[in-house]
Amino acid sequence: MSANRLKQERLEQQMKDKKPLYTPAEAVYEANRCLYCYDAPCIKACPTGIDIPRFIKKIATDNIPGSAKTIFSANMLGYSCARVCPVEVLCVGACVYNDLNHQPIEIGRLQRYATEKALGQEKESGKKLFTPQPKTDKKVALVGAGPASLACAAYLALSGVQCDLYEKNELPGGLNTTGVAPYKLFALDAMDEVNWILQHGINLKTRMALGENITLDALCDSYDAVFLGLGLGADRALLDHPAVWGATDLIAKIKNDPDFQLPHTDSAVVIGGGNTALDIARELAYLGVKDVLMVYRKGIQDMSGYRHEREAAMKQGVRFMEFGLPKSLTTENGLITGLTLTFSNGLPDFEISTPFVIEAVGQEKHGQNWGLKTEKDGTLSVDPRTFETSRSGVFAGGDCVNGGKEVVNAAAEGRDAAFAMLKRWNIPSQFLKEV
Amino acid sequence: MADLSINMCGIKSPNPFWLASAPPTNGGEQVMRAFDAGWGGVVWKTLGTPITNVSSRFGAIDVGTTKAVGFNNIELITDRPLETNFKEIEAVKKRYPNHALIVSLMVESEQEWKDIIARSEDAGADGLELNFGCPHGMCERGMGSSVGQEPKILQRITHWAKTYAKVPVLVKLTPNITDIIPPGLAAVEGGADGLSLINTIKSIIGVDLDNLHLKPTVGDASSHGGYCGPAVKPIAMHMVAALARDKRITIPISGIGGIANWRDAAEFIALGSQSVQVCTAVMHYGYRIVEDMIEGLSNYLDEQGMASVNQLVGKAIPGFREWGDLDLNYQRVARINADSCIGCQLCYVACLDGAHQCIHTQKGPCQAWHGEPDHGVNPRLQASPKVQHEPKNGKSQVPYVDEAECIGCNLCQIVCPVPECISMVEVPHNKGHESWNQRVAKG
Ligand SMILES: Cc1cc2nc3c(=O)[nH]c(=O)nc-3n(C[C@H](O)[C@H](O)[C@H](O)COP(=O)(O)OP(=O)(O)OC[C@H]3O[C@@H](n4cnc5c(N)ncnc54)[C@H](O)[C@@H]3O)c2cc1C
Ligand SMILES: Cc1cc2nc3c(=O)[nH]c(=O)nc-3n(C[C@H](O)[C@H](O)[C@H](O)COP(=O)(O)O)c2cc1C
Ligand code: SF4
Ligand code: SF4
Ligand code: SF4
Repeated sequence: MSANRLKQERLEQQMKDKKPLYTPAEAVYEANRCLYCYDAPCIKACPTGIDIPRFIKKIATDNIPGSAKTIFSANMLGYSCARVCPVEVLCVGACVYNDLNHQPIEIGRLQRYATEKALGQEKESGKKLFTPQPKTDKKVALVGAGPASLACAAYLALSGVQCDLYEKNELPGGLNTTGVAPYKLFALDAMDEVNWILQHGINLKTRMALGENITLDALCDSYDAVFLGLGLGADRALLDHPAVWGATDLIAKIKNDPDFQLPHTDSAVVIGGGNTALDIARELAYLGVKDVLMVYRKGIQDMSGYRHEREAAMKQGVRFMEFGLPKSLTTENGLITGLTLTFSNGLPDFEISTPFVIEAVGQEKHGQNWGLKTEKDGTLSVDPRTFETSRSGVFAGGDCVNGGKEVVNAAAEGRDAAFAMLKRWNIPSQFLKEV
Repeated sequence: MADLSINMCGIKSPNPFWLASAPPTNGGEQVMRAFDAGWGGVVWKTLGTPITNVSSRFGAIDVGTTKAVGFNNIELITDRPLETNFKEIEAVKKRYPNHALIVSLMVESEQEWKDIIARSEDAGADGLELNFGCPHGMCERGMGSSVGQEPKILQRITHWAKTYAKVPVLVKLTPNITDIIPPGLAAVEGGADGLSLINTIKSIIGVDLDNLHLKPTVGDASSHGGYCGPAVKPIAMHMVAALARDKRITIPISGIGGIANWRDAAEFIALGSQSVQVCTAVMHYGYRIVEDMIEGLSNYLDEQGMASVNQLVGKAIPGFREWGDLDLNYQRVARINADSCIGCQLCYVACLDGAHQCIHTQKGPCQAWHGEPDHGVNPRLQASPKVQHEPKNGKSQVPYVDEAECIGCNLCQIVCPVPECISMVEVPHNKGHESWNQRVAKG
């Protein structure tokens, strides 16, 4: 999928931006509501620890570049995070206004306002928010151009380290480009952020896959350090049939492929109860599939997807079926016509007639371990402070380490790995204050 | 229901709420609507020799999303023909015989004062208010605050007015002086029947940072204006109370400055005002605000067991002491109600940086008071904030007060966003009363 193809009409564009950019009036009004808490709980609830009251107060005085710098200094993916973070369970969920029974501050929307405005101003005026420090003799290879690597590379590059990004796909950005729900972030907006990060002097090499056309040994030989931001692997499958969709594959089609159309049907069955399952169910409902049924192996309360997402799905008319597992497919000429479910709560087996079955039952951890130590669940083992793996000089962060959290966690881990490298090499950085 | 009616030096009004001489009292149609809304009296927009007003005229300061906490204007007196004004005054007075209609005046020579007073009385004015307060435009021509700032001239013009007027004469004072007593006394000596204060305070309300023009902009420039609105209330109350405390000031006071609701009005009355006047709040929200003022004041008087608003006049004056007479042994301390606290820690940082370093967080006691730099971990100073996946809410960070160290300054209570979360509690003692003056007298 090339970047140019993103310029063509795609299915994701049929969805609306759920929380559009604030107008200046809305932003200032909301910013003024923030109490400017000291040692604010919202900061502690942000995995990157952005100084939230500080950036919000700068919006109130119309100091937009200052506000954006406060954000980016803690989180280089501050723009996409503003749009994709599950703020209900992070910063906004911790805002002190919750305890006053008042609407908490819309931190995500304010963060989007500051970052989107500042990046727009930077483009217009050519005046950069950040100036790269003079080049050092250090070189780092980063594998996988998702949020984790992008954050890591940004802090390194701006501190004078040469950064080469190796990405398996044609498009950089990781799941921000291919996975997150369009009503939160469109692929083109994700690309804008990637390009902004790359312009700080980062080299991107696409169609370069570790284990295919590059090896870890070779990278270790020619670089001072390597960062692995590989994300998770392919969709897991319970039903082994080529016509069954894996959720992340289907989402990537919706987001990136101008030639892709949904099958002509009014019904779809989504198997799974996590956030990816809820996302694809909601996306299909937005795209006009009338009857979207989610089948989950346990009770609805046990679903791992966020409650606020579940409630939003219900509002859209998505139906839920508890304690169900897919048993077998009915097919005709290789095409699916029905799905038989079996139930753990004693209900008799039951066939649903639908041609459209999507599995969202998790993604593989990476099949390969690249000779590195892993945890039991297959994620890479790292030092929790430096994010260095069992091989000296090889760092890792993001989904491949935490097993699949949020963009903001990937951004935090990539940043901390960068800071660990800078400290190890005694490189004074604009982002590291002496303590 | 308490009786709100007043008789201020012979000017009768169904309630103590008057509109100050300003845009809300520009014309007859407006004033009639004001009376219909419930205002007891109006002071008509100042009449004088014809002038021209500029465009634009007003500016304001906002605090956060609260608009017009302070208001400023460079408007002069009425710019409508005197003839029209007098006709309208006559019409209003005919239709509203029981409301107070006071006409504000500002002219120069004795003859002019004589003429305009006669015309006002012919039109039916219940009283006159001499505008010795306007701090811009008119004072440069020897009127307004240039009179209010010169007790001798103020006394002479008051005397002229009293010579020609049959109805009561109020003198409106300017706050643009260091001591309000000399102009107040001069008015009394000139024979005034009452005092009105304050008029506006000289001010520059703002600079447009895009082009460095002053506000409110007239072309590419501006001039100093007169400041009023909620922000001036404490200044006005100090001046009203200073006059009310002074035994030589024997005439009633009409309090003005930042009054926006019945609570503000009750405070002015308790500090010695018999009537109160309102301008900015009506310019901001309209005449309708008076309904709550009437209802609220009358409920309050009922609760206080006062049958008439006149019983409240000056009731708070005995509570004023010179600083040297205050009890140095009195002590109060702050107490935080952990149930209503939301953990914003604004009290903590205020006490830490702005007061006495005696509020502590659950990270442990802050050592700053004892001269040690370590007062817990401040996340803003950390280079790389810790990666934390678990949200924490404010309830986990309720601070506490070290009462032994608290000096009872009220700062924490002032900054706390939760009403009644921090209370200031009196600490009993058996040391008796000792003031600075007593201490000095003892030697
Ligand atoms: C459907 C879906 C919806 C989501 N929605 C949200 C959301 O709303 N909000 C949120 O905060 N998070 C969301 N997430 C999670 C979030 O996208 C991830 O946590 C985040 O993208 C992780 O970043 P990463 O850099 O670790 O990995 P990724 O984003 O997965 O990026 C990894 C990159 O590495 C590349 N790569 C992989 N293997 C190799 C190789 N061998 N060689 C070279 N390159 C390779 C991949 O092509 C990819 O570009 C969602 C995830 C999914 C699946
Ligand atoms: C726009 C404007 C015009 C005013 N014009 C006059 C005036 O003509 N005569 C006068 O005595 N006071 C005038 N004032 C002062 C008000 O009567 C009043 O004393 C002052 O605004 C303080 O009251 P407030 O805080 O309720 O506004 C004016 C005030 C404003 C805001
Ligand atoms: S907790 Fe809420 S009010 Fe306090 S600083 Fe954070 S966003 Fe502002
Ligand atoms: S009253 Fe003053 S000294 Fe006491 S705790 Fe509050 S702020 Fe600190
Ligand atoms: S200012 Fe009030 S609400 Fe905030 S922490 Fe202090 S006591 Fe609690």
